[in-house]
Formats: sequence, structure tokens, C-alpha cells
Amino acid sequence: MPLEIRIDYLISKQKVGAAGRTGLWRTSKPIVDKEACKICNVCTLYCPENVIEVDDEVTIDYEYCKGCGICSSVCISNAIKMVEEVV
Amino acid sequence: MILLKGNASCQGCPHSIAFKVLEYLENPIVLMPAGCSTVIAGLHPNSSLTIPCVHVPFPSTPAVSYGLSAGLKRRGIKANVVAWMGDGSVDISYSLLSGSALRNDDIIVIVVDNEAYMNTGVQSSGTTFWKARTTTSPKGKKEERRNVALQMALHKVPYVATASVGYMRDFIKKVKKAGEIEGFRYIHVHCPCPPGWGFESSKTIEMARMAVQSKAWILWEYDGYKGKFKISKISKRAKINALKEYLLSQARLKHLSDEDIEEIERKIEEEWKLLEHLEKL
Amino acid sequence: MKKLLTGNHAVAEAVKIAKPGIIAAYPITPQTSIVEKLAEMVENGELDAEFVRVESEYTALSVILGAITAGARGFTATSSQGLLYMYEICWWVAGSRLPMVMAIATRSLGAPWNIHGDHQDIMVLRDAGWIIGMVESAQEAFDLTLQGFKISEEVHLPFALGLDGFQLTHTAEVVEIRDYKVPKRKPLPYVVEPISDFALNAVTFGIPKLIARHEQAKDLEKAKEIIKRVDKEFPVSYGGLVEEYKLEDAEYIVVMSGGWCGDAKDAIDILRNKGIQIGMLRLRFIRPFPTKEIGRLDGKILVVDRSNSDYRGVLGLEVSTVRHDIKNVVTGFGGMELDTEDFVKIFTKFVNNEIKDVEWWYDSA
Repeated sequence: MPLEIRIDYLISKQKVGAAGRTGLWRTSKPIVDKEACKICNVCTLYCPENVIEVDDEVTIDYEYCKGCGICSSVCISNAIKMVEEVV
Repeated sequence: MILLKGNASCQGCPHSIAFKVLEYLENPIVLMPAGCSTVIAGLHPNSSLTIPCVHVPFPSTPAVSYGLSAGLKRRGIKANVVAWMGDGSVDISYSLLSGSALRNDDIIVIVVDNEAYMNTGVQSSGTTFWKARTTTSPKGKKEERRNVALQMALHKVPYVATASVGYMRDFIKKVKKAGEIEGFRYIHVHCPCPPGWGFESSKTIEMARMAVQSKAWILWEYDGYKGKFKISKISKRAKINALKEYLLSQARLKHLSDEDIEEIERKIEEEWKLLEHLEKL
Repeated sequence: MKKLLTGNHAVAEAVKIAKPGIIAAYPITPQTSIVEKLAEMVENGELDAEFVRVESEYTALSVILGAITAGARGFTATSSQGLLYMYEICWWVAGSRLPMVMAIATRSLGAPWNIHGDHQDIMVLRDAGWIIGMVESAQEAFDLTLQGFKISEEVHLPFALGLDGFQLTHTAEVVEIRDYKVPKRKPLPYVVEPISDFALNAVTFGIPKLIARHEQAKDLEKAKEIIKRVDKEFPVSYGGLVEEYKLEDAEYIVVMSGGWCGDAKDAIDILRNKGIQIGMLRLRFIRPFPTKEIGRLDGKILVVDRSNSDYRGVLGLEVSTVRHDIKNVVTGFGGMELDTEDFVKIFTKFVNNEIKDVEWWYDSA
């Protein structure tokens, strides 16, 4: 008859926003020019935060986007611009 | 998606980008020693990874990975066990890494190399770039640089490759290949770190590509079954005269004199020649 | 079936019956023949397990940590410097509440360098949360190894089995190979597989750490009842946490642990024949600590130690948390063997009240 033991202190559960609302870290915000965007998905491939979703257009989850600017830097169509954000 | 939104990584973190490759492995379990990735993976009670993650004592990763892999096999369970190590983890578990390679342990080792002990505040590591400024080498690193991937290949393991977060498709291809082989597989990924190296967070990919395009980071693969080295076409097109721009655009290296840069060029040429010779064998 | 076996081979025979899935151990005198025997058993098909040839003790216990996290049964063995090399992992295994058995051929710790027996090495596990058992004979080493797997898997804590270096490990005795089945593994509180949806052992701040150590300590206490039950259900009972030898009417009580208790018992017999009412409480377990059993002792107590902390012996320190009026003899370091005559001398002095509060004993055969 093994003991019933507590293990909750060993187990961590998956959570979006584990470090909080990382969107608050931004000083500039990526804005997508939907006309220029060619839906090539390169931004999705290189976004460190996985906040870019692409189906028939590009959407960015600004709740968690940290504003690093990589999407703007890798976009091959120059369709993403980093715009300074005043909070 | 492997890494959940709202995780603790810095803006522009290359490790966060590197995590994406785990999506291309079947039944992955990741083993995590101390490092930046530990914090990115989440602090208790939260996990930012969508795959099972086992945090392990810092110097133990290759061995615990193998134990997990072997234990699951005994129970008839298939898994791709991934030892997710930083260059700091490599330094402290070097003998375990070598022992694991020698036994041909059935694990995938992915080393995310940001060229310093970043998580503890940018201290010099075995792979820190020549002459780079870190908090333990404030005037520039004096020691030689460790080419871990080459040393792993000399253990004659099934698969060794270098990769870069600047070339994700190439990295993903290599991970997919590794996922289909059994035995000790090793992939060493170049991860330029914005706060640690001193450049803007938007330039991570640009830096990674500059490194490859100036031969500061060479992409190659080793097929253990055939015993063949192959330098990638991307690296064969690289021009070493692009090195100066790469070096001087980082705060940790912008103090380099022309003589320093020439010395580094010589070292890179030596490494390149060695790989060319190995390719011919 | 009876076989003539060294203590080390007795442990190996017990491990064979327990059927671990993974064995990883690095050779170190005087544990080496356990590892060699197991490798032999695996290679000639007697034991269906994976034997991992590792490059260090640190690797050995790390491999076992991985294997038991995956739900397999694991075993390793080490000694002295090797135990200290894997020490970090010992804490990690216990803190992760994972079961396993580790045999420790108790040996001196350097410096100065020494490969012979005393108890200094196993005592470093006291704070880590491991169950620590100490045996007196090859038979008990065999029996307690088998019981160790069962106890460990019920308490969810790792089990260390101490057998005296050279004195037990390399001395052959007649051992009964019991017809005993170690029970199949019961479902563990957790196991890590590809379908698991959690992270294990992430960085943990504050109160959960308090909970973790508290739960571990509580469960280590609960191990007392489990140890007693497993002992009673076994073909032969040793007495549970302690063995009481000629204790019923004892005015003088010697508290000791380990292989040298055999010779000490002979000394007790000699003194009994002279009419001295002396007996022994042999501690079979250092952790969990037999507080009640020591508290019940009615008489003058001498603790004889084969390891020390500072000026005081380790067991002396531990026993003095229950009884403040004890005498403590510290001796037998680094292979310094005491025979029955030496114990007669020590116990006679004790009975004559000629032992200091803490006495470091130099006189040996």
C-alpha cells in the first residue's frame, strides 16, 4: 500500500502569459501594411514570441508582442513597420 | 507551437526562435539544465512549453537524457529525448557529453550557443568569441575557443551539424533528419544574444546571418554512417571580408583593433581549412 | 538455497531478484565486485536489464535519475569519494520523490586518502531525505536490498543500504537465497512520457519549497511503520528499525550500527558471562531515526561511532537529541578494525565509568 503523497510542488502546468502581459514591455509596435504583405510567412517563422498568425492575412497578438522588431527586420516585402508607442 | 506567448525571454531572444524546431520531432521530451532556456521554459507553477519538460541538475543533462530515453524504451514507449543545452551547460558537462557520445546514447543534443554564460549575467564560456568582452573578461577573452561540434563528430557518432537561427529552414531540415536517426545526434545552433552581445533586439536574425556570411560561424554536417563531412553551400558562398562589419556592430567586440581583426581572420581561415580537409576525406 | 557469498555478491544476487530495468554504476573500491557481478549477470542473460557503462559516479546516478523519472526501476552502488561526486544528484532524486536502491560500501573519506572501511561516507546522506539502512551481515545485506526496493516504492523516497567496506563487502558468509518476489511496480505519483502535459522541477520560489521539504520529512517519518511492516512480512524478521540484543534487563546499553556489531555482540556475551547486565541496541536505520526506540532505553548508554561530525561522533550527536547523558566512543576509522577483545576493553571501561563524555579510542588489535 504505497503512501499517497503530494507532488504539486514538483509539477508545473502550461500557461499562456506565464511571465505576465509581455505586451507591456513594448516601446514600439509592429504595424503590418496588408497591401504590401505577400503572406509569405517569414515573419511567423522568425517571430520569437509566436504572436503572429497568418491565414489569409497577418494578425499580431499585441497582448503579448514584446516589440522586438524582428518581424520588421526579416519581412522581405518591407510590409512591417515599427511604430513608436506612447503608453 | 512549442513556446507559449507571454514567456520570460528577452525581446529578440534567439532561444525562443530556436524552440520552434522541436515541433518537427515526433514524441519530443525536452531536458532542461540551468540557463536562459530554463527561465524561458517557465517558473513554477507555470510552464511556457507545450511539450513535457524535465528540469535537471546543471552538469547532468546528457546522462539524465539517456536515462530517460533508456527507461522509456524498457517500458516500450517511443520518444525523441532532447537535451536542450546552452554553451554554459556544455562547459560544465563536457565529460558527460563525451561519455554520452562514446556510448552512442540514443538522444538528440541541441546546443543553443549564445557564446557566454548569459543567464548569470554574461560571463565568459568555452565558446565565447575570441577577444570578446564579458563580465569575467572585461578587457576581452584571452583563451582559445572550443569547437564542440567538431569534437563531437570526432567521436564518430551518427549525426552532427552546426546551424543558425538566421537560417531556420536549414535548422529545421537538420532537426527533421536527426529525428529519423537513432543514436547520439548533436546539433550546435548559433544564437546571437541582443543584451549579451550589445545590439538592438530587432537585429538578431541579421547578426546570425552576418556571422554565417563572414565565416565567423560555419554551417556543416557530419554523416556518421558514411563518415563524411559536408560544408553547406551557404557557408561556401561566405566572404571573410564581411567579418569586420559583423564584429564591429556588437558592443562586446567593437573595441577590436585592426590587428585583432586580422588575428581573428587567421583563426577563422585555419578552422575553414581544417573543415575543407575533413570534407575531402 | 544456500550459497557462500561475499557481502557484495549477496547484494548483487538480491538485485537480480528485484529485476531493475536500468543499472548504472561506476567502479570504486570496495564496491567494485557488485558492479562486476551485475555486468556478468546481464551479459549471460541471467538478468534482463540494461547495464550502462558510465564514465563517473555523477553520470551513474544521473542516468538512474532519468530512468526512474521515466518509470523504470533503477539500481546503483558506490562508496566514499564516488558518493560525494554524485551527492548533488542524491538530493535531486530524493527531492523529486523518486524510488531507487543504492548500495554503499561504507568507506572512509579523504583527506588523508584511504580506501578502507568506516561509516563517514554514508552519513553525508542524513539531510538529503534518503532512507538509510545499515546491515551487520551478508545475509542482512541480501535481505535488506530486496526490502529496500519495496520500501522505497511505497514511501516514494530513495533507499541507501550501507555495508561495511571490506569487512562485509569482501568477507564471504553463508547466505540463504530467499524465494521472495519483489512486487511489481505500483503506479507512481507521476511519470514523464511524451504524452505528459507538465514541466517537472521548474525553478520554484518560496512556500512550495517549504511544502516540499516538510512533506518529505513527514513521509520519512511514515516510513517507520512501512519498514516495520515489511520486516515482519519477510521470511525472517530483524526487528524493524532496530535490533535489540540482550536488552531486556540491561543496565548498560551499547548503541551501534553496521558490520562491527557482530564482534561487539560477542563482547557483550563475554561480559554477560561475567554477570554484567549489558546489551546492545543495533540501529538498522539511521534515517528515519529510531527516536522512540532510543527514548525507551532504560539504563546507561554508550554510543560507539565509526564516523564523526566535529569533536562528537555522528551517532553520538543523533542519540543525544533523545538522551543527553550518553557516553560516546569514536574509533575504527580508515579500516582500523576492532575485534571482540577491543570491544571487551571498551565496554568494561564503560561499565566501570571510566569513559570520558566523548572518547576517541586508539587501542586496536
